[in-house]
Amino acid sequence: MSAGAAQGRAGFGRAIAWVLLLAGGLAMVLPLAFMFSTSLKDASEVYDLRLLPAHPTLDNYVTVLSDGRFLRWFGNSMGVATVVTLSNVFFDSLVGYTLAKFEFRGRYFVFLAILSTLMVPTEMLVIPWYVMARNFGWLDSYWGIMFPGMMTAFGTFLMKQFFETVPNDFLEAARVDGLNEFTIFWRIAMPLVTPALSALAIFTFLSNWTAFIWPLIVTTSKELYTLPVGLSSFAVEQQIQWELIMTGAALATLPTLLVFLALQRYIVRGVVMAGLKG
Amino acid sequence: MAGIAVERLVKRYGPTQVVHGIDLDVQDGEFVVFVGPSGCGKSTTLRMIAGLEEIDGGEIRIGGRVVNRLEPKDRNIAMVFQNYAIYPHMSVGENIAFGLYTSKLGKAEKRAKVEEAARILGLEDLLERRPSALSGGQRQRVAIGRAMVRDPAAFLFDEPLSNLDAQLRAQMRLEIKRLHQRLGATIVYVTHDQVEAMTMADRIVVMREGRILQVGSPMELYERPADVFTARFIGSPTMNVLPAAAEGGGLALAGGRVALEGGAVPSGGRVLVGVRPQQLRVLEAGETADLLLSGHVAVVEPLGSETFVHVEVGDQLVLASAAAKAAPPVGTAVRLGADAAALKLFDAETERAL
Ligand SMILES: Nc1ncnc2c1ncn2[C@@H]1O[C@H](COP(=O)(O)OP(=O)(O)O)[C@@H](O)[C@H]1O
Ligand SMILES: [Mg+2]
Repeated sequence: MSAGAAQGRAGFGRAIAWVLLLAGGLAMVLPLAFMFSTSLKDASEVYDLRLLPAHPTLDNYVTVLSDGRFLRWFGNSMGVATVVTLSNVFFDSLVGYTLAKFEFRGRYFVFLAILSTLMVPTEMLVIPWYVMARNFGWLDSYWGIMFPGMMTAFGTFLMKQFFETVPNDFLEAARVDGLNEFTIFWRIAMPLVTPALSALAIFTFLSNWTAFIWPLIVTTSKELYTLPVGLSSFAVEQQIQWELIMTGAALATLPTLLVFLALQRYIVRGVVMAGLKG
Repeated sequence: MAGIAVERLVKRYGPTQVVHGIDLDVQDGEFVVFVGPSGCGKSTTLRMIAGLEEIDGGEIRIGGRVVNRLEPKDRNIAMVFQNYAIYPHMSVGENIAFGLYTSKLGKAEKRAKVEEAARILGLEDLLERRPSALSGGQRQRVAIGRAMVRDPAAFLFDEPLSNLDAQLRAQMRLEIKRLHQRLGATIVYVTHDQVEAMTMADRIVVMREGRILQVGSPMELYERPADVFTARFIGSPTMNVLPAAAEGGGLALAGGRVALEGGAVPSGGRVLVGVRPQQLRVLEAGETADLLLSGHVAVVEPLGSETFVHVEVGDQLVLASAAAKAAPPVGTAVRLGADAAALKLFDAETERAL
């Protein structure tokens, strides 16, 4: 095959890739675009599917933000997602590190037990969680919303895999230098896996920010609703006001974006190998 | 500073024993190098001294104190690793200061120590840098700095130069040796490179398969190796070892003979004759020597100051030296000779020196 033909074929393949990626990108961006556009529309214009509103207005934002409930739910979601994220970053790492770096009897069994819970879908866990929350008196409380997610098998697994890439020399050097085991974990091992920690923090924050089923089930008082639960109650209680729902949803995506922007650079930076040979 | 004593030290990994009861006394201020092929248990031994591995038998004393059950942090030793193990998320200065993490010194004193170490190691201008911006040699210096600031009872080095290129290795050898002279520190140094052992050690410990074969100064090991393994391991290029049989007052080899006085070997006994390439010369016509071999030149390796020739003697390749400018061309028939004083004789069965 001549070089020209090879290039032509590669060019064709690239064109196909571009088209597919573009289609995928559009499919993902369009709903978002509609969400923002609807949030800028006036009620009379909502069913007019033009992407650019004819008379853009910020009235919906004023309405939503001046409704105390929305801010309360926003705050609830923020608080719950933040606490759960911090908890995961700390405890998943602690367990993952222990599983990755210490030899002890039953280590493999513990790991398998944790891993096996990955295969149980949330829908199946909701009932046992509910029974547990009821028996402990955690129903309709912040702790009730948070407790199932304070540690996750996925996070533990992820952190274990990353800690395994941390060379033992680092830990042993610190051990010889006289650090205790917790300080080694905290001052040496954790900074070496910041990319993984950022990824874990993003995943955890997002999944808790958007969590719907469990907060819906465990809460009954409106003051404890998280944002997704609150927004859906918006939708059912009055006649459906799409422009307001879309405004709420648009506001709800903001923290997601902020979290991603704040943490993404850590994901890209691979620090682990820098202290080693090479 | 303190000496280190090891007695009947044993290590097992599951059913396999990897260190078989070794004994060693390292004097205060001594530079001892463990040398041996990869997998012979050098690192394991060093790590047991550091407390990073539990011991399965025997005793370790540092400065006269039994440390068998002590955590690494309570042994007051410093260790430098092959991969440097300097922390990538800290600057050079922070890395060196990390050696003082648990020290009770005041801030100013710590600072002074870090600066002194940096000055000795030539790192003053790099204190703010990240490790990723350093060369391999600089990284290893940072690791040494981190060890130095602690004033430990002893330094342990595990193949610290193995990741460096040959030139840098030679330079760092010199620096570590000078550092030892300057600090008067007790050093236990592990390497698989006999050149490092020869050039730096006060005493060399030759290890093989979890046992100590021989302990001695570099020159002792070079001149009086206790067995074939040490003889071949120490010295470069490798010593020639040729099988021979005692015969009528001398020794007969494939392609040659040795004239020996006074029946050093009982008649009919089988031995191994060792001769270093530097002492096995290409003979001029008519010249004679105690050991005589004849064969054909297979390969010529000029090194500038001297030239090594590989000669096929019988079915064995023998390495000999020739004057730099008078090396015989490939294919010529040559005679090789060495003095009896330069020969090492080993028992063919036990491979121990006779
Ligand atoms: N953690 C371990 N588990 C099992 N075997 C090991 C372990 N560490 C080392 N070994 C074995 O012990 C022997 C000695 O290893 P080591 O001390 O690292 O050798 P060296 O440093 O001389 O190259 C080797 O055969 C090695 O395979
Ligand atoms: Mg080793």
